[in-house]
Amino acid sequence: MSEVRPLLEVRGLSMAFGGLRALHDLDLEVSCGEIVALIGPNGAGKTTFFNCLTGVYAPSAGDILLNRPDGKALRLNGLLPNQITKHGLARTFQNIRLFSEMTVLENVMIGCHCRHRAGILGAILRGPATRAEEAAIIDKSYTILQHLRIAQYANDVAKSLPYGVQRTLEIARALATEPVLLLLDEPAAGLNPTETSELDALILQIRERYRLAILLIEHDMKLVMSLSDRIYVVDYGERIAQGTPAEIRNNPAVIKAYLGEDDA
Amino acid sequence: MWAELKKGAAVAVWFMFLTLPIMVVKVNPIEQTVVWRWANLVWLGAAVFVLTVVGRYCSRHRTELSAFWPDAHPLLAHPQLKRFLLIVLALLATLFPLFFSSYQINIMTTALMYAVLGLGLNIVVGLAGLLDLGYVAFYAVGAYSYALLNYHFGLGFWAALPIGGLLAAIFGVLLGFPVLRLRGDYLAIVTLGFGEIIRLILENWNDFSFGPSGIAGIPRPGLFGLTLSVDDAIMYIYYLVLLLGLITIFVVNRLRDSRIGRAWIALREDEIACQAMGIDKTKTKLTAFALGASWAGMVGVLFAAKTTFVNPASFTFLESAIILSIVVLGGMGSTVGVVIGALVFILLPEYLRAFADYRMLLFGAIMVGVMVFRPQGIIGNPRRRSYPLPMAAADQEVGHE
Ligand SMILES: Nc1ncnc2c1ncn2[C@@H]1O[C@H](COP(=O)(O)OP(=O)(O)OP(=O)(O)O)[C@@H](O)[C@H]1O
Ligand SMILES: [Mg+2]
Repeated sequence: MSEVRPLLEVRGLSMAFGGLRALHDLDLEVSCGEIVALIGPNGAGKTTFFNCLTGVYAPSAGDILLNRPDGKALRLNGLLPNQITKHGLARTFQNIRLFSEMTVLENVMIGCHCRHRAGILGAILRGPATRAEEAAIIDKSYTILQHLRIAQYANDVAKSLPYGVQRTLEIARALATEPVLLLLDEPAAGLNPTETSELDALILQIRERYRLAILLIEHDMKLVMSLSDRIYVVDYGERIAQGTPAEIRNNPAVIKAYLGEDDA
Repeated sequence: MWAELKKGAAVAVWFMFLTLPIMVVKVNPIEQTVVWRWANLVWLGAAVFVLTVVGRYCSRHRTELSAFWPDAHPLLAHPQLKRFLLIVLALLATLFPLFFSSYQINIMTTALMYAVLGLGLNIVVGLAGLLDLGYVAFYAVGAYSYALLNYHFGLGFWAALPIGGLLAAIFGVLLGFPVLRLRGDYLAIVTLGFGEIIRLILENWNDFSFGPSGIAGIPRPGLFGLTLSVDDAIMYIYYLVLLLGLITIFVVNRLRDSRIGRAWIALREDEIACQAMGIDKTKTKLTAFALGASWAGMVGVLFAAKTTFVNPASFTFLESAIILSIVVLGGMGSTVGVVIGALVFILLPEYLRAFADYRMLLFGAIMVGVMVFRPQGIIGNPRRRSYPLPMAAADQEVGHE
């Protein structure tokens, strides 16, 4: 191995919706264990970028390369969302998309789905192997809930949860897929300042405990500045800046793009 | 209260006016006179008045009235009582044919067949959330596979039963492929079309399926080569259907509480999130279609064996609609609900025969009533499974992995 390649390498990614250029020639890298933020004004194309990474949209041009810590390297373009999740990318959604009629525990158990294999026959006969697998899924899901401190809601229906817990559950569900890179789309949206600072600590804990890299989209500049190792700024689908929080804070292009919206 | 009465009276008068030409005026064509039946008008007015007032009262107090029928059945929560009830039910079901006429047994057999159909469709509609209006096609595939295999190759019932189920499952996958991208209304329309295509093929492809005249002389199920009298055969088929019903309940419940069943429910809740969680949408949908269809296929074989005759007229859209109604009426996703739904839906019209002409009217009123007061179905809202939680260190932090 001559050099360590970054965990995620995005090269020249472009995405157009008809005439609208939502993303244009975007480059981005995330290394193992890093927390990287993706910021930009509303409609800049941040969520579209996530959707391209996770296979919801097929990008019009560019490469998305994943170099897994176990040495496996692959190109994610053209794969289905579920295959990409299986390769180690997990995401949360900006507008919460929980399985609202299912319980909290079941939501997380769904996240475990792709790491297990019990089939139809196993489900009907429910032999020892299937029962052991089911117990392991429950165990693992419950442990994740404990880590995120929402285990007391385990048997509640997801739609009955307070808003902040729903956001945390989205993260729990994503963790259950055993990702190497966690994509968080505005995890602090709608949270009050106390909840936001709890989230700050939680995200750091998650990185330590699950040994993964995190790419997050966020509008809360305080959170972004305190969490991120590096920041990318996009506007109108183009990258206008990248650097450490200190560099970004003083970048004139960024300040211009935000037109004083920047509250950091 | 006064306002309610006034409203009722107004509706009654309006109704009396509207129906005047039909209910009151009657022309006697022979004597060329007009008969005025004023008594009808009075009765009609009174009936409409009472119905309006009662109906409005009920819909205003809907929440209170619905509370009489709680979702969490406190009686069934008792495991011992539940076991006792199940044993009584099993006894009743087993002894039923010994005390009732062949006519009654036949009706009950039909009801049980619809229960199995409902449970099969429940996988597709209730669990996976795929609105399938062409379910009857798989029923037809099952029935015709027994009829044709028997006609051409002399295949017996017991050989045809798994083949019918398997063929229906294959047809389920065939239907599943083109509709993978569709949801909701669009899916409903395409599946409706699929059901009609199968029926039209059976009706028009004379060389293959003998067209509208169908296939007669299909043998009843064999019992170790014994020849059964017609009455005994009816009883035998009743027990076969009962057995199939029990197997269906067992299998469907196990599937629902498994990894696959969870994936179905997740797919129903949110398709995009479901894929983002690593669930293969294609595979999950196709398994739902295939597993749902296979029950229809097996019931189809039983149907052919029971009636000893099949023709396309038995597989119209109305059948799909009835099966879907059973699922919706019983409560989507609930096994007990679907079984009760099937019994109500098939038995009620039979026992309402006492009301002669008003039978279907009354049946319709009951359906509307249930849907108004229990939009989630008889056993709606099946209580979500709460899993026994691992007790490992409930409060303290657990070490890494
Ligand atoms: N499916 C789609 N079809 C057409 N246009 C789309 C689609 N999805 C997003 N867009 C457009 O692409 C642009 C970028 O949207 P995107 O949701 O990625 O913004 P964002 O940076 O996430 O904004 P926000 O901060 O408000 O979440 C917007 O102009 C949006 O209208
Ligand atoms: Mg967004």
